[in-house]
Amino acid sequence: MGGLSGLLVTVRSSKQGAEMMTSKLSEDYLREISSLRINAGDMQTLCVADGQRARMKSPYGEVTVTCHTADVPSGLFFLPLGPLANQLFSGANTEGTGVPDWKRQRVTIEALETTSVPVEEHSHDA
Amino acid sequence: MPDTTSSQVPLENVTPRPTDITVHRSVVCTFCGCLCDDIEVEVQDNQIRKVKKACLIGRNKIMHSQSNSPRPTIQGREVSIADTIAEAARILRTAKFPLVYGLSSATTEAQKELVEIAEILDGNLDNPSSYCHGPGVMARQQVGLATCTLGEVKNRADLVIFWGCNPMESHMRHLSRYSSQPKGLFTGEGRKGRKIIAIDIRPTATTKAADQFIQVEPGTTFETATVLRALVRGLKLGISDDNALVAGVPLRVWRELAEAIKSCKYGVIFFGLGVTQCRGRDLNPEQLSVLVREVNDFTRFYAIPMRGHGNVAGCNQVMGWQTGYPLAVNFSRGYPRYNPGEFSVLGLLGRKEIDAALIVATDPGAHLPQDSVRYLRDIPTIYLEPHNNTTTGWATVVIPVAPAGVAAAGTFYRMDNIPLRVKKIVESPLPSDEEVLRSIKEKIVHAQDC
Repeated sequence: MGGLSGLLVTVRSSKQGAEMMTSKLSEDYLREISSLRINAGDMQTLCVADGQRARMKSPYGEVTVTCHTADVPSGLFFLPLGPLANQLFSGANTEGTGVPDWKRQRVTIEALETTSVPVEEHSHDA
Repeated sequence: MPDTTSSQVPLENVTPRPTDITVHRSVVCTFCGCLCDDIEVEVQDNQIRKVKKACLIGRNKIMHSQSNSPRPTIQGREVSIADTIAEAARILRTAKFPLVYGLSSATTEAQKELVEIAEILDGNLDNPSSYCHGPGVMARQQVGLATCTLGEVKNRADLVIFWGCNPMESHMRHLSRYSSQPKGLFTGEGRKGRKIIAIDIRPTATTKAADQFIQVEPGTTFETATVLRALVRGLKLGISDDNALVAGVPLRVWRELAEAIKSCKYGVIFFGLGVTQCRGRDLNPEQLSVLVREVNDFTRFYAIPMRGHGNVAGCNQVMGWQTGYPLAVNFSRGYPRYNPGEFSVLGLLGRKEIDAALIVATDPGAHLPQDSVRYLRDIPTIYLEPHNNTTTGWATVVIPVAPAGVAAAGTFYRMDNIPLRVKKIVESPLPSDEEVLRSIKEKIVHAQDC
């Protein structure tokens, strides 16, 4: 099992938007804002399968996310806006603009649960 | 129809007959900058029963607007709303360097009160645009923006470019109401007569709905806009190979896009946080705005920022009228000063300069970075909010208010800066933002006069 580094990009998702209108304290909202969209090859490198958890770290904090395969570039990780993603950012340095690195926070990610075999083989077995 | 007051019917068995359903038409959804104003809401016995025509987010917002109100509290202890107002005024008038922040989902009438409170306190005033579309606001101060209304887009646009935004998930009815499908005065064929292009760093629901998806490398907005400026003006690039990559995309693709831009009858770029928050920040929308201006030498061409919160455009309007600046304003010298890096909410929190905060119509617990939230939790924070959320649990003073656009009327500004009147369709036992803020202001002023 290996770790990966890349850029975290925070995004709006329709489910995150809809769930926060119901309640920001609900399980559904928390589940959505911890859903990481990640490239299939990166998942394989991490040895995690869809729905498995990983730890994401930045210089400012760390969080547990649930990995979901998505059609996104390798090395870019997409997490919905919200209090979970915000653990990985700092408001102290905005390069004089007032805007943190919402679209390019450097992070590392490592699996918390792993598949025993590479993801591709695992899914074939299933 | 039985007479329910008859002595033959035991009163305890009588279920009060529900009143008739009232259908409110042309209700404005206040979630995002689209401000869809065609929503139908059915109300019975002062309860919202059904919401029609809204997107999933808008429907949830209106359906849940009457539930989950916080209790009025001071340091977690439940008190009356009058007590919270008195404590809020006390905290603010004794603070040395307070912050007034939020505004983005409040009515412009409430926003005006917030500006006045910040001025009376010689404090700081900011809104969430400072960390969202603020770079675009700063760019407009530098180079202006050729822009238009969403109505003009619907009626005239034959080329629409979505750049760094994903309205299919963030502004769900944007394409169906304004920018893609609708048939207008000069766009009788609707979607068929429009070319839709999406520029983004990943495939999204919006890029799938487009005729062409140009997938760029992250952080390349500035060079992309620069290359397009040069191609539109016919300048030599010094690159002979049309397959050479610019922002990860062959130059010929940019050349074709430049031609599509020049040859359209009426083109519009909708740009999102992928433009304003990526590397270069305000330089990106500035370069994009100059591109739009230069294209007008060839055809009619405009840009509109995809504003997020329902009245965040109104924040910039109201602060612009009343202070001269759209965000990040400081009054400590007795007159408004503007400096986004210095007086924006994250700058002030990052340097731990403020000693109290009045926060209205935003949720810092969910929106701000962890260190900013941690500092806010260390100082007296007064919070006006219609619903329990990630801030109501720790704010020093929580004042529940009636939700704007449902139980409080007022004005909101759409993303194209068109003001719309939002309605009051149900009664609420809670005061509006505007009423609470006026009371706080009067108590501060009265205390200063004594």
